[in-house]
Amino acid sequence: MFEYCADPGSLDSLQWWSCYLTTGKQFMFYESFGTVLALLFLTAPVILLFGFGGAMARRSRVLPLRWFGLAYSSMVRGVPDIIFFMFALIALDQGIEYIRHITLCPDWTEPVRQGNDFVVCPQAKMPLSSAPQWVHQVYGFFLAVIGFAFVFGAFAANTLYGAFQAVPHAQLETAAAFGMSRAKMFRRILLPQMWVYALPGLSNLWMILIKATPLLFLLGVQDIVYWAKELGGAKTARFTYPHGDWRLGYFLVLLVFYLALTWLSERVFDRLTKRVSRGQATMGGTT
Amino acid sequence: MSVCAQEFSDYALRAIGIGERLLPKHDITLCDQFVLIGSGMMWNIYFAVLAVFFGFFLATAVALARASDRWFFRLPAKAFIFVIRGSPLFIQFFIAYEAFVLIPKMGIDINLGFTEITVETRWLTKAWLGALIVLFLNTSAYTAQIFHGALMSVPKGDLEAADAIGLSGFKKFRRIVFPAMLRLAWPSYTNEAIFLFHATTLVFFSSFPAWRQKGDALYYASYFADKTFDPFIPYPIIALYFVIFTLLLTLLFSFAGRRLNRHIRKDHQ
Repeated sequence: MFEYCADPGSLDSLQWWSCYLTTGKQFMFYESFGTVLALLFLTAPVILLFGFGGAMARRSRVLPLRWFGLAYSSMVRGVPDIIFFMFALIALDQGIEYIRHITLCPDWTEPVRQGNDFVVCPQAKMPLSSAPQWVHQVYGFFLAVIGFAFVFGAFAANTLYGAFQAVPHAQLETAAAFGMSRAKMFRRILLPQMWVYALPGLSNLWMILIKATPLLFLLGVQDIVYWAKELGGAKTARFTYPHGDWRLGYFLVLLVFYLALTWLSERVFDRLTKRVSRGQATMGGTT
Repeated sequence: MSVCAQEFSDYALRAIGIGERLLPKHDITLCDQFVLIGSGMMWNIYFAVLAVFFGFFLATAVALARASDRWFFRLPAKAFIFVIRGSPLFIQFFIAYEAFVLIPKMGIDINLGFTEITVETRWLTKAWLGALIVLFLNTSAYTAQIFHGALMSVPKGDLEAADAIGLSGFKKFRRIVFPAMLRLAWPSYTNEAIFLFHATTLVFFSSFPAWRQKGDALYYASYFADKTFDPFIPYPIIALYFVIFTLLLTLLFSFAGRRLNRHIRKDHQ
């Protein structure tokens, strides 16, 4: 980056650091923080959507739909989320490839499952093996977003269902007495008031989501954990910037990043709670 | 037990290194998967039981320190809870592992000849001790926060009643405050125990290497998923195991919770 960085071996420590911290690989590390934040902010709305779907299904008047909602929202309580990540990602990946396989190569006669292998025709590979590297990464990231949304959507469904139930029943009866339809009741009475009850659960969920983002590494996305391991590993004298095993240092940086993120989120949620409880008939709202 | 008998004798104790050394590579049967993943569950249960058990005591101490009037008790407790609860368990595992790996190296450098110390610190890089310490500290911090919240909401009337009959000091804590705290904290504490049980899947998967392929349930499940390219068998199996054990855990906790609440009138619970 700087001109004097041409020969790092001869630099004193301050200049050495300024060069070390501005190498191309270091910048990839810095950018990966963006990946994590992008995941958080992209998944959050999708999670809410999944959660809403789950909660609405559970409240539905159609019995099978209600069973589906119940199963979806209670599955995360019994099974570790990480198992769902591992499973959902492979299942989704294979599902997409299988559908493409059927539609793109109808003439293919060999079975997809051959003993221990999963074989689809080359055109059905997702992404295509000829695609550039970044397409693979974006696709991996996209799968991760769906996986996160699926798992945390189940948590959110639980929370939102509880919040719908918590809105005082007398209000709904009043609305019905006024002759509102079910849809109108939902829009005018239920939806605006449920947020107070949903917010503690949702903020909790957001914290869990933040703390689940390192799982991206397990899903093969080049996130901060990946780069911390990559850059922190001992570098021999063959490298331009030789150093010992610095992984502990890099992980401590990640620790600070996460502490800052959770601390900041807590602040924001405190404010939001004050805001939504304004005018509500709760302890927080009367003051 | 004629079904799966061969697989059972080969792999039932594989996760702790007893039985067949080589994992199945070809012609993987349903039996292989069920037995080996079940064998791995031993590690999950081992971690969960010991971490929750020891964590209970540290959590009580930290919760009391957090509620203390003296800043040199309160601040460290607060900091401990903040750091552990504010960062991912995943990162904590990595940091602990890297730190534990560095310790013996430094130990050799600093005090040559003290072989005892280096031998002991080497255990820290093994999952059975190192990961257990991380899980123990993690659950302690979360539980301490729950206990602290419960401690703050112990009814004033209980404390006044204790004063009135002349209880004070440790006796008041043991007889009045502590049971009331546990009773109030119990539902959240049950959740935390479940979370911790589920978090044990991270041990071999993310940081501590599985030595001689002695891993936990998820380690074997992902091994099978890799080998067969078929996630639809191993993952539902491990999910089934976890559902069963989570149910057991919930039952156990609700039994204990009923004991804690046995003096309370049913309609007041």
